[in-house]
Amino acid sequence: MPGTLPDDPIIRRLVQQARAAQLTRRAVLAGAGGIATAATLAACAAGEKAKPTAAKDVSATEKTLAWSNWPAYMDEDDDGNHPTLDAFEKQSGITVTYNVDVDDNNSYYAKVRDQLALGQDIGADTVCLTDWMVGRWITLGYTQELDHANIPNISNLVPDLEDPDFDPGRKNSLPWQGGFAGLAWNTEKVPNGLKSIDDLWDPSLKGKVGVLSEMRDTIGLLMLSQGVDISGDFTADQFQAAIDLFTKEVNDGQIRNVKGNAYLEDLQNEDTLAAIVWSGDITTINGEVGYEKWKFAIPDSGGTIWNDNFLVPIGAAHKANAEALMNYYYEPEVAAEVAAWVNYITPVVGAKEAMESIDPDLAENQLIFPSDETLATVKRFRTLTSAEEQQFGAAFQAVLLG
Amino acid sequence: MAFGAFATTAAQSQAEDAPRRRSWVALVLLLPGIAYLALFFLVPLVSLVLTSFNAPGPSGAMGDYVPGFEWSNYVTVVSMYGEHIIRSFLYALLATAFALLFSYPLAYLLGVRLRRFPLVQALGVTLVIAPFFISFLLRTLAWKAILSDEGPVSTALHALSLLGSDDHITGTPFSVVFGLTYNFIPFMTLPIYTSLERLDLRYVEAGGDLYAGPVQTFLRVTLPLSLPGVVSGSLLTFIPAAGDYVNASSTFLGGTGTQMVGNVIEANFLSLQNYPAAAAMSIILMAIILVLVGVYVARSGTKDLV
Repeated sequence: MPGTLPDDPIIRRLVQQARAAQLTRRAVLAGAGGIATAATLAACAAGEKAKPTAAKDVSATEKTLAWSNWPAYMDEDDDGNHPTLDAFEKQSGITVTYNVDVDDNNSYYAKVRDQLALGQDIGADTVCLTDWMVGRWITLGYTQELDHANIPNISNLVPDLEDPDFDPGRKNSLPWQGGFAGLAWNTEKVPNGLKSIDDLWDPSLKGKVGVLSEMRDTIGLLMLSQGVDISGDFTADQFQAAIDLFTKEVNDGQIRNVKGNAYLEDLQNEDTLAAIVWSGDITTINGEVGYEKWKFAIPDSGGTIWNDNFLVPIGAAHKANAEALMNYYYEPEVAAEVAAWVNYITPVVGAKEAMESIDPDLAENQLIFPSDETLATVKRFRTLTSAEEQQFGAAFQAVLLG
Repeated sequence: MAFGAFATTAAQSQAEDAPRRRSWVALVLLLPGIAYLALFFLVPLVSLVLTSFNAPGPSGAMGDYVPGFEWSNYVTVVSMYGEHIIRSFLYALLATAFALLFSYPLAYLLGVRLRRFPLVQALGVTLVIAPFFISFLLRTLAWKAILSDEGPVSTALHALSLLGSDDHITGTPFSVVFGLTYNFIPFMTLPIYTSLERLDLRYVEAGGDLYAGPVQTFLRVTLPLSLPGVVSGSLLTFIPAAGDYVNASSTFLGGTGTQMVGNVIEANFLSLQNYPAAAAMSIILMAIILVLVGVYVARSGTKDLV
């Protein structure tokens, strides 16, 4: 056998292990190899400890970029084109493949984690994920450091978001859009509306309440209603108190369902009349019925705020192209154009002024351009330690599984 | 014997003449199948077993596990999710029973009563298969809309006061069992239909000649002769139903109190990244199904089934 090893890390490892175990070709064919291969695969999947190394950037020669993002998170015209993205392609000469393949932080991560651990390309040069998930990627070394020199428009980043605890100095990530979690209700069936989380537990809403399966939003709002600061150093007991309340309301049948984005269907077919929801979605479903059938409000005890952030996965070979894209979306005019469509909070300073020329009403919309007073009513869920993440996640899932 | 099929009586002497060459040819012919099974069944299965014994890694990070021999993984999942295991098999059993109740008369109608009208019979069978033309996810979602609070079923039941004002249908054990039954009826109907279609009606006549009433004739002639269909139909329903996680998921017909083993595995795998727990649950599910199916096939006494 020639001495050179194949480039692919998995195959290389397999070859090394196979040689070490002195497996003959005959033994492999005989079927015993099947078990040995499985053991080897298992061993190398678990044995990978060292942080992966970043892929070589070929942006200078390859003018392409693959971007993975969430649904309904990009301006779109009637023909399904993305005007801002088309303009970027024209201006930069970079061909962007826009993939709407993130619909849940956890399941997206579960899909790509093995490749990330090996430093392989996951088919995306940049992905937008939520704060806490970005934090996990950075801790595990699954992201590439951004070159701020390539992103001069980073100076337009909202000052509040410059220094998050999961990524000090924004070395590895940059916000794409943000949003609130708060209360929404059906204005026809609940004419008096909701003001606090406690209003959700009103007997008249029994079995008509929906909450999000995103732990940090649902439990975050419950903790806030119990007077706990979710951005501070809360304890496991304080978290558990919110879980207990959550468990009680689920078991009593007050909470009808716990869902991800599918909660919108429940609101629409009136299985739920009041719910914990994400801010931008309510504008979207109101748009579908053509009038303000649902209302959104931040509860008086406070709401949660989150951001989805650009990051460059460790195996991505087009980092400079991704940086060019980020720089482009930090132009205030471009940011305003996207915000006018997606109705989420834009992290770009100057977008509000730019919005005034597009649609003055939207420039006053607190869900897109929250004022300082609005921002004072919301909290960002602090980054959890690994141990907390597992403990809290298990407690939350236990309620969901019933 | 794996190669028994090649040693038919006609070929017996030949086979004895050249046993080595023959087994070699057989092996070559079987190789693609064996390779396929080894690659896509054996390797994943072994990997699953190994994963189920993994221990938490030293870093303590989420989803970080190292090879080990943690038998306690099994104890933990059984104590945590025992209720879900029981629930899954109960739902699967109910769905199988209901599917049988609906399917048998249907299959009887198609396979026996409609024999004289081949065109109608063909149309009937097509209608049983027709739902497969639409993805079952879409059909289940459609049921969710039909059964929702403002949907026609709930509204009618509320109007008739058969359903209390606070009661609803989606997210209850009823809707999950309903969804499972609905989705598996074709799998139950077709095997029974195949059995009944071949039923020699002269046996039924003979039953009457021997002074057996219709009930007795059915119990002693028709049913035993259609038993292979009933057994394979109920296996085709019970096994996938026990592991189903679509109907019970809260996105479809289930709720927080109706989650089945499949949902537990999904949550552990995708949300909690607890791969050993998910693997252990998968193996427990597989083992219970194997035992139950083994007992069922042995008890029902239809040897030429599997």
